[in-house]
Amino acid sequence: MEWTALTDAEWTAVQLSLRVATVAMLASLPLALPVAMALARGRFWGRSVLNGLVHMPLILPPVVTGFALLLIFGRRGPIGAFLAEHFGLVFSFRWTGAALACAVMGFPLMVRSIRLSIEAVDRKLEDAAATLGAGPGWVFLTVTLPLILPGILAGMVLSFAKAMGEFGATITFVSNIPGETQTIAAAIYTFTQVPGGDAGAMRLAVISIIVSMTALMLSEILAAAAARRTVAA
Amino acid sequence: MRLEVEARHRIGSFTIDAAFGSEGGVTALFGRSGSGKTSLVNIIAGLLRPDRGRVVLDGKVIADSERGTFTPVHRRRFGYVFQEARLFPHLSVRRNLAYGRWFAGMAGSRPEFDRVVAMLGIGHLLERRPGTLSGGERQRVAIGRALLAAPRLLLMDEPLAALDDARKAEILPYLERLRDETRIPIVYVSHSVAEVARLAERVVVVDNGRVEASGDVAAILSQPAAALATERRETGALVEGVVEGQDDRHDLTLVRAGRCLIRVPHLVSSPGHALRLYIAARDVMLATARPEAISALNVLEGTVVDLSPVGKGSVDVRVDCGGNMIVARITALSRETLALAPGKTVHAIIKTVALDY
Repeated sequence: MEWTALTDAEWTAVQLSLRVATVAMLASLPLALPVAMALARGRFWGRSVLNGLVHMPLILPPVVTGFALLLIFGRRGPIGAFLAEHFGLVFSFRWTGAALACAVMGFPLMVRSIRLSIEAVDRKLEDAAATLGAGPGWVFLTVTLPLILPGILAGMVLSFAKAMGEFGATITFVSNIPGETQTIAAAIYTFTQVPGGDAGAMRLAVISIIVSMTALMLSEILAAAAARRTVAA
Repeated sequence: MRLEVEARHRIGSFTIDAAFGSEGGVTALFGRSGSGKTSLVNIIAGLLRPDRGRVVLDGKVIADSERGTFTPVHRRRFGYVFQEARLFPHLSVRRNLAYGRWFAGMAGSRPEFDRVVAMLGIGHLLERRPGTLSGGERQRVAIGRALLAAPRLLLMDEPLAALDDARKAEILPYLERLRDETRIPIVYVSHSVAEVARLAERVVVVDNGRVEASGDVAAILSQPAAALATERRETGALVEGVVEGQDDRHDLTLVRAGRCLIRVPHLVSSPGHALRLYIAARDVMLATARPEAISALNVLEGTVVDLSPVGKGSVDVRVDCGGNMIVARITALSRETLALAPGKTVHAIIKTVALDY
């Protein structure tokens, strides 16, 4: 069973990917929820602009997204310089940068999933909650949030899976440094570029396929649960 | 308790321009569908903010567009029972019932909870999910949920409309108990004369967004149909009586109205209780001789008071039966055959089953 055992370098890449994907998923959630809410329910000027902006990473070549991140969040970028100076938060050529790139790339998937579940909520239930004495905050916490929870979870799963497989934006923004920014996808790429790397590439590819498939099935199950839950009685 | 409502509101080409008051008890907002009843109730609840209007409860201004005051829905403490129960699908029946109690600041009050659960007969449903309940059960839970929020006023928007006749018959007694056992004023929206007759004390007739008439139920419902915003087939007469006894074995209630004894299906109320019945004109037959060997249980002797002009081949005959005015719709042909004229003695025949809801 020698063939299936991961080498240290491969194991490092897997661990890094898991860390990057988890951080990317958790960090984008607090922003994705209000954005999804605004897109689902808001009637404000610039709504379609926001919608376009959110979906941009889905359409743009990932290299362009990575390059944009480099310009904005790099050492000399406007936001990157500010964060580095005031909070000591550095993105370029760090695993945090990989997490940022993955978060941006997974953001549209997360927003979309949450938004669809919000749109499926019967607003009459929220009216009913209000007549029972619940203010807007309580209505959200006790009615809306529980009803959209499967959609939020599905969005998190999709964002996590996207992060596990992200390549273009990450490699452009934070390069391919083993142990720091070399995620599974980048490691596979590296293995395919050197002679005798096929076995390592194969092992990581299998892990990649399993993670993606599991994530997709999980998000389908959660979406079905969401559909069942939001049916008003 | 005194509720005053005034509202002007435009929804597309439809305009609501109505004002009415309620002095407690059950006030029915009555009219055909699309007449603006639900919008009026939504305005009272605060779910719809009218272009102009006022809602005043016991002298306290809840909303007044001229003064710019508007109490948000959740601070009004007006219970609302919707046409579709609108139970929270992610909560058990017990937690649905408890939902409003928490906000009313009385989550711990067990006796009240038990009393309402017992009154509505939903004790066996507490651990179930709303999705597994029948329509009638859902509506009872919804009524309980609204009641347990300790409302100052209860709004009910056609709570029976989405149910079939059997379910209506199942819930009506609970609504009567609600009216008799709690002192919460109720605004009850309905397009059914029978429901209004049975439940309400006062009625506000709404048509095309306007109040056409308002007053005591007996006074309004005994007006000719033209005055009511009701369909011709719903023409009938209101009979007020007192429950005299119950026939447990045959599942019937005996109601004394003037000199008549009327049998009503089901054990709807206990002896001594007042009961209003609406007898639709199309459910009443007339005979000039006392019929024998007939299944109909209610045969009331009376005198013809007057006859309406012929319309669509039928006439409405008003008959005074022992102090009760009953209307019978018969064909013009029958009127000729029986030679009906004012002063003639007739027997009004009403199937007990026709008095079911």
